[in-house]
Amino acid sequence: MSISKDDVRKVARLSRIAVPEERLEQLAGELTGIMGWIEQLNEVDVEGVEPMTSVVEASLPMREDVVTDGGIQDHVLANAPRAEEGFFVVPKAVE
Amino acid sequence: MHRERGLILHFEVKAAYEGDCFSDSMDLRMSDLTKLTLTAALEGLESKAFSSRELTQAFVDQIETSNGVLNAYVVTTPDKALAMADASDARRANGEALALDGAPLGIKDLYCTKGVRTTACSEILGEFTPTYESTVTQNLWDAGAVMLGKLNMDEFAMGSSNETSRFGPPANPWRRDGSNQKLTAGGSSGGSAAAVAADLCLAATASDTGGSIRQPAAFTGTVGIKPTYGRASRYGMVAFASSLDQAGPITKTVADAALMTELMCSHDEKDSTSLPVETPRWRDDVHKGVKGMKIGIPKEYRVDGMPQEIEDLWQQGITWLKEMGAEIVDVTLPHTKYALPAYYIVAPAEASSNLARYDGMRYGARVQGGDLTGTYEGTRASGFGEEVQRRLMIGTYVLSSGYYDAYYLRAQKVRTKILQDFQTVFQDVDALLTPTCPSAAFAYGENAGDPVQMYLNDIFTVTANLAGLPGISVPAAIDSNGLPLGLQVIGKALDESACFQVAGALEEAAGFVAKPEKWW
Repeated sequence: MSISKDDVRKVARLSRIAVPEERLEQLAGELTGIMGWIEQLNEVDVEGVEPMTSVVEASLPMREDVVTDGGIQDHVLANAPRAEEGFFVVPKAVE
Repeated sequence: MHRERGLILHFEVKAAYEGDCFSDSMDLRMSDLTKLTLTAALEGLESKAFSSRELTQAFVDQIETSNGVLNAYVVTTPDKALAMADASDARRANGEALALDGAPLGIKDLYCTKGVRTTACSEILGEFTPTYESTVTQNLWDAGAVMLGKLNMDEFAMGSSNETSRFGPPANPWRRDGSNQKLTAGGSSGGSAAAVAADLCLAATASDTGGSIRQPAAFTGTVGIKPTYGRASRYGMVAFASSLDQAGPITKTVADAALMTELMCSHDEKDSTSLPVETPRWRDDVHKGVKGMKIGIPKEYRVDGMPQEIEDLWQQGITWLKEMGAEIVDVTLPHTKYALPAYYIVAPAEASSNLARYDGMRYGARVQGGDLTGTYEGTRASGFGEEVQRRLMIGTYVLSSGYYDAYYLRAQKVRTKILQDFQTVFQDVDALLTPTCPSAAFAYGENAGDPVQMYLNDIFTVTANLAGLPGISVPAAIDSNGLPLGLQVIGKALDESACFQVAGALEEAAGFVAKPEKWW
């Protein structure tokens, strides 16, 4: 399988990572190499095999649907790049 | 220090190393306190041979003089450490000493530590300072341990050489004979391994997604264990690949590893994959011996291009276990070769999902762009390093529309096949013995050109992650270049006991006491 520059551009966009045009070629080569190596999984017969979820039989535990914390606005905002008056300040998202 | 005190210490150090490093000294110098094992240090504290403040100060001093060269710590917390040491000494004076009371530890930068910067060695977390504590580290502080600082690692634990850290790599305290070339301490827990090997902490926390505890341990002559998936809580650990990530320690001895693992593991409601099981007293397993145990030797772990010395060490390990009364059984794990390619679908896929949270809005470093998407893209392009970007793109690719079944789902099915291989052989054997890594520590840059070549480092360790099984690396020999090599023991799910039992026996047989010659 070959991954083209266009594929990389698309994947970079989906990943929300700005990749400069001049790096696309090299990344396409690297990703082609890695995906080519991964292709060997096609040799494995997985017909009727369940995908693995856990090594120890375990079901996700349930808990009461109650509020267990809160009132920590200062903690939540402590690491914000920008915060004002108890809010995160973010770039304008709607024109 | 008066005479009696020196004698007590002298005895303990000898017991800890079975060597004669302090043969003629009646008094133990303060700097020598750092050479103690965790177990010996706790005995020294208990017998009042020294205080936690004295012990902690010795580590603070060592870090001060050594870290500039070794770069094992990315944050040091000497004031906090000494305050915790004083509190510990007060508890001990009141007869309220806890399991790890007064023991100075290093913490991998992946664990959130309240009030202490935690960035998983990534630029994108900026100066992130958690307002909460990870469950694993909280367990250690609840046991009285002292925090010396945060340890270097590959960015988001993605790497096998610690070269992807935003703070630059640590140096392996070990070097090839007659060479001053810097070698990798392995990855991703390279800082943890370097700190333990260089006596910059008694023991360290680490984490293992594909081998990140066991490979650095093997490269530095230390012990490292990844417990069964679900034994330790992932709460407050910076997430990489959630179905593979598991906490564990790097230590100087198997007994120390058993003690640390006991205290790190717990059932935790804050992690839904944390198993509701009791944590056994693994310390009691270390010296039980292997008489009557059946040990499997998987033939698929004999790979092309593996150095003869590693093959020889594996044979030596087999001989040791036989001599101690274990029965050796040749076994086959036919899907072993598919483990790494499956890992390189599952881990990047889960990472691409986990790392979506780093958008520069709520925490971390933000790079303002022309519009919202531009801000996201700029923030992530400047905040993530090359390897992380590469893996996120692979993850996004394999999860993208139309590819989920072909890649992620297929890889999860291959995981089932790998686990079934293990379950089949574990019907006949108690544990498996393999080399930990296909090579000794390598120099920086030696494997950097080709990502796949670097990934092959994890070929023997990654199977235990995919199957969720416990695996331990124990130092067993020095190669012809003067570098340590490790053997790995893989156990059944929740059977860390067998791992500690076999590793303890190997440690005893190998009599591994070598330490790197101090050059730093």
